[in-house]
Amino acid sequence: MIIQAIFIVMTLCTLGGAVGVVSSRNLFHSALYLILSFFGVAGYYVLLSAGFLAVIQLMVYIGAIAILILFAIMFSRESAMNSAKESQANRQRWLGLPVAMGLFISLIAVIIPVNWPIQQTAPTTDMVRDLGVAFLTSYLIPFEVVSVLLSVALIGAVMLAREENPPVKETK
Amino acid sequence: MQSIVDFIVSLNIPLITQPIAKLIIDLLLAAVVAVLAPSSLVILTWLERKIIGRIQDRIGPNRAGPFGILQAVADMVKMFTKEDITPTKADRISFNIAPSLSVMAAIMVFAVIPFAPGFVGADLNVAVLYVVAIGGFSTLSILMGGWASNNKYALLGAFRVVAMLLTYEIPMVMALIVVTLAAGSMSMVKIIEAQSSMWYIVSLPVAFLVFLIAGVAESGRSPFDLIEAESELIAGFHVEYTGIKFGMFMIGEYVHMLALSFLLAILFLGGWQIPFINVAALPGPVGPILGFISLMIKVSCFVFILMWFRGTLPRFRIDVLIDFGWKFLVPLSLVLVIAVAVAVKLAQGFGVWAETVALLVVNLLVAALAVQSQRLVANSRRLK
Amino acid sequence: MLPIPLSWWLAVSAALFSIGLYGALSRKNAIAILMSVELILNAVNINLVAFWRYIAPQAIDGQMFAIMVITLAAAEAAVGLAIVIVIYRQYASAVVEEFDLLKN
Repeated sequence: MIIQAIFIVMTLCTLGGAVGVVSSRNLFHSALYLILSFFGVAGYYVLLSAGFLAVIQLMVYIGAIAILILFAIMFSRESAMNSAKESQANRQRWLGLPVAMGLFISLIAVIIPVNWPIQQTAPTTDMVRDLGVAFLTSYLIPFEVVSVLLSVALIGAVMLAREENPPVKETK
Repeated sequence: MQSIVDFIVSLNIPLITQPIAKLIIDLLLAAVVAVLAPSSLVILTWLERKIIGRIQDRIGPNRAGPFGILQAVADMVKMFTKEDITPTKADRISFNIAPSLSVMAAIMVFAVIPFAPGFVGADLNVAVLYVVAIGGFSTLSILMGGWASNNKYALLGAFRVVAMLLTYEIPMVMALIVVTLAAGSMSMVKIIEAQSSMWYIVSLPVAFLVFLIAGVAESGRSPFDLIEAESELIAGFHVEYTGIKFGMFMIGEYVHMLALSFLLAILFLGGWQIPFINVAALPGPVGPILGFISLMIKVSCFVFILMWFRGTLPRFRIDVLIDFGWKFLVPLSLVLVIAVAVAVKLAQGFGVWAETVALLVVNLLVAALAVQSQRLVANSRRLK
Repeated sequence: MLPIPLSWWLAVSAALFSIGLYGALSRKNAIAILMSVELILNAVNINLVAFWRYIAPQAIDGQMFAIMVITLAAAEAAVGLAIVIVIYRQYASAVVEEFDLLKN
């Protein structure tokens, strides 16, 4: 009973936040709604007894990605400010809406009739240890590839966003 | 905690079963922590004024009540009764949410802090990560407040602070990883238990220093108080805040400081452990009470040290800060993580003392390396 | 044991995915499009974790995939926002329709 109530609250957070993201005229508000949505998803992970993922979700999505997005919005401040009054949707919106609705309806139509082979067993308790072991055994190569990808992304982002003419070095 | 639950159940009140009694106790404890943590502001502001007064060769507050102890109450009354202004061009909702978010982020850390043996809100197995994740909310509150004020100084202040917070989050996480490696767990309770024979401040001094520096930066206090560098930014991101909303940012800062002291005491000074006494094995309520007192003594030491910092060190310049973070602390903490991982693996199975010695040697080596490299950099710069 | 049926999770995930898709298709601003893509990735993650919990709770592959997705999302956000900032410096705008240098 309590769990269902929490699920509904988290659904309101997640979907309400998501609707806010795509409909808000002010980009800054969009980003705040995005954080609400991320928070709801973290709640889902707790309900699904994936506590580690919930914390990672808070740390990476809210602590890093959302802050990064807010930063980017503030850097392109003029556009965010000017566009707060006019509509944020482009010409494709009336095409996008039926496409998204159609996708949702067809997905639901696919999901409902399936009889999923649900297993009532509880997950292993020491999840963090298992994840760590798996990262260094069966998932070693994906792990390494992802770490290389992260380094590349880090260097690439720094290179891209760097000013073309670095300021003259101070002389001492 | 279980004993209290059993006691309530044994009273045989109708409708009070085991899970409901546990729920009641949990809610009560949560309420106590959530009320006590901000109320500590009263003591903390008074203490800070007194200590800084002494450091600066003054007496500090001495008018209101004995030793000026009612000064904090007077401040509170002033704060509550001031006019509550929301700038007309401000982003009203974000402007009003930001202060409460800041307090919330600081209080939420206490959920995973073990106050005494058996007394912990939630013994998460990812408690260390949880603390870092919650830190994201305080960054968010600053960004929201700075943006929503619709004021250049507020926005600039928020930018600076967030740049600093993001920089110092990395060494902080690395120091936490070092502790996790040494303890073999991310649960606060397990980390405390792992320190039963040797505190990590002895075996991991470099990690302690990194965590202390990064933690002080995260809490936004002097010498990292770019948040409110008055000479450059007026009052930084909370320049538009008045009255109780400003007060809430202040509560957030002090609770953050308190939480940092708790974390330092737990991660590096063994939490509720007392040297040469097995607190958890003491009979009845003696163990938890002694453990709590021991923890509070350690926490008070750290609170004093943090105030001492504020009284002693001048504020850093923003570029110096960021340079120090990225070019010194981040590489240092990365090397430390690798070195400690190797040391832990090598010393495995040789007993506590071998492990302590190995960790200490590795830490000192890394420290020597860092100092030497800084010396080389400084020399080459001087030759230019 | 499992008080919420699996189809609820899948429905929520499908809704989140569709909302994200609508956002990615209909928003003008590049940053808003990136945010919608993050929503889509989150929807995928809910699916992965829900399937892990309900169908293969003993294995950890579901969580592993979710962690990989989160990592990729972080990398994508970092690079994507860097590109947006570079473009903003060039055009003083972050509206995607105005980036038509290669048109004609």
